[in-house]
Amino acid sequence: MLVAALLVGLVGLVGCAAPTSSAPTAGSAPTSGSSPELRGSITVSAASSLTAPFTAIAAGFRAANPGVTDVMLNFDSSSTLVKQIEGGAPADVFAAADDASMIKLAEGGALAANPAPFARNRLTIVVKKGNPLGIATVADLAKAKVVALCGAEVPCGRYADQMLAKAGVSLPVERVTRSQNAKATLNAVAESDADAGIVYFTDVSGDRAEAVVVPDADNVMATYPIAVLRTSGNASVAEAFVAYVAGPAGQAELVSARFLPPG
Amino acid sequence: MVTAVAALVVLFFALPLAGLLRRASWSTLWVDLTAPEALQALRLSLVCSLTATTLSVVLGLPLAWTLARTPFPGKALVRALVLLPLVLPPVVGGVALLAAFSKRGLVGGWLFDVTTTGGALSWLPGDGVQFTFSTAGVVLAETFVALPFFVVTVEAALRSADQRFDEVAATLGAGRWFSFRHVTFRLIAPSVVAGAVLAWARALGEFGATITFAGNIEGRTETLPLAVYLLLDSRPDTAVALSLVLLAVSLSVLVALRDRWLERA
Repeated sequence: MLVAALLVGLVGLVGCAAPTSSAPTAGSAPTSGSSPELRGSITVSAASSLTAPFTAIAAGFRAANPGVTDVMLNFDSSSTLVKQIEGGAPADVFAAADDASMIKLAEGGALAANPAPFARNRLTIVVKKGNPLGIATVADLAKAKVVALCGAEVPCGRYADQMLAKAGVSLPVERVTRSQNAKATLNAVAESDADAGIVYFTDVSGDRAEAVVVPDADNVMATYPIAVLRTSGNASVAEAFVAYVAGPAGQAELVSARFLPPG
Repeated sequence: MVTAVAALVVLFFALPLAGLLRRASWSTLWVDLTAPEALQALRLSLVCSLTATTLSVVLGLPLAWTLARTPFPGKALVRALVLLPLVLPPVVGGVALLAAFSKRGLVGGWLFDVTTTGGALSWLPGDGVQFTFSTAGVVLAETFVALPFFVVTVEAALRSADQRFDEVAATLGAGRWFSFRHVTFRLIAPSVVAGAVLAWARALGEFGATITFAGNIEGRTETLPLAVYLLLDSRPDTAVALSLVLLAVSLSVLVALRDRWLERA
């Protein structure tokens, strides 16, 4: 009885832990020329700021390629994703919010081919709805009692520090709260009592926070690269996905999510 | 057969700890632990968890007494409410604390307005009470999750303590406070200690409610668990070193308690 229960538990565990990227079936190796039938599933690890556009892109990609059984999306901060991939997490495609994360993987030999930029993003100051403190420029952030930024090693945090340095603003340490990713940073302003924050322009939505636009001259441009990983179990579908993101359909989704085309 | 299963379970718990010990960078351990950010986090964690424990004991004793000895309608519901943080996911606890104590919360808004300039209590030091993003907020969050541990332990002890001793003391002329101090408290003292230690360990390890409610400000709200989480990406060696500190503390606590917290008063 106990042995039976143990076996059931073990089977459940193993079932949950099985890698999601299925091996390519016989007919999926692409031949040059006519579009081959893409089969199987892939896992795409993408920066959390890409949540909305990539969800739509994945749906569009699956609609265009009915043989693809699934496109599993894994969103988190780029630095966390790098740690996962370096730790052997199964992923086929990696889309980062900065070049540094991609370079880190490239140096470790985790990429199958050179990465390519597919989008850019501006930063923005986010404040509570109604902008009670009247923050209009980066320098005005000194007025805020608590400023929410991403962690210093997270891409949006690095960019934010660059933007502050560019404006010559030095915020006292006891006024800065560092969150683990851009969504958490936004929530610190929208749901909690942070007076202002710096997140990606594309992140600000909803009715509890509003964006204070920072002109390009004072702003920092984030570059988003994408690449297929060497450990991909379904390289053909992975490459096709990357091509789709860079192609007209993918770019349209990104633009409608307020991203900028790659420079 | 039973021993074999037990051995497997022990292995399940021992393996992650063994992995952590193996992962640690022993040569740089001291340097990692004495880095300014690490020391800040250690100091803050100690101060906040000890404060939260003190609050848990001071507030928990009367509550445990009321639940154990005073009959009143709806006691089961009140007990469930008080013990809720035991089962509530910590992040949910954090969100709930925001809903109550942030400036837009049920009580937090009023509290801030009344203590800031123009409010009835503005003569109090500081310019407005704000729990979010403050060390007081960390203590609040830690007390919220730790107090139930204390109450559970002490209430159980009070329930099983023989009340006849109190009755005898009363017939001999002892006042209620005298009776509590010298009779009841003596009986439940081991459980009070055990409850306090448990509450302290829980407060020390608190993460979800702290980061959601008090945020992550270096030197002000960045406790050990938060520091570990954020250092994991940038300085993993320091993160592991701090994890080892937490591990050592937790292990010592459990070894020191041994069977005590299961022991009746």
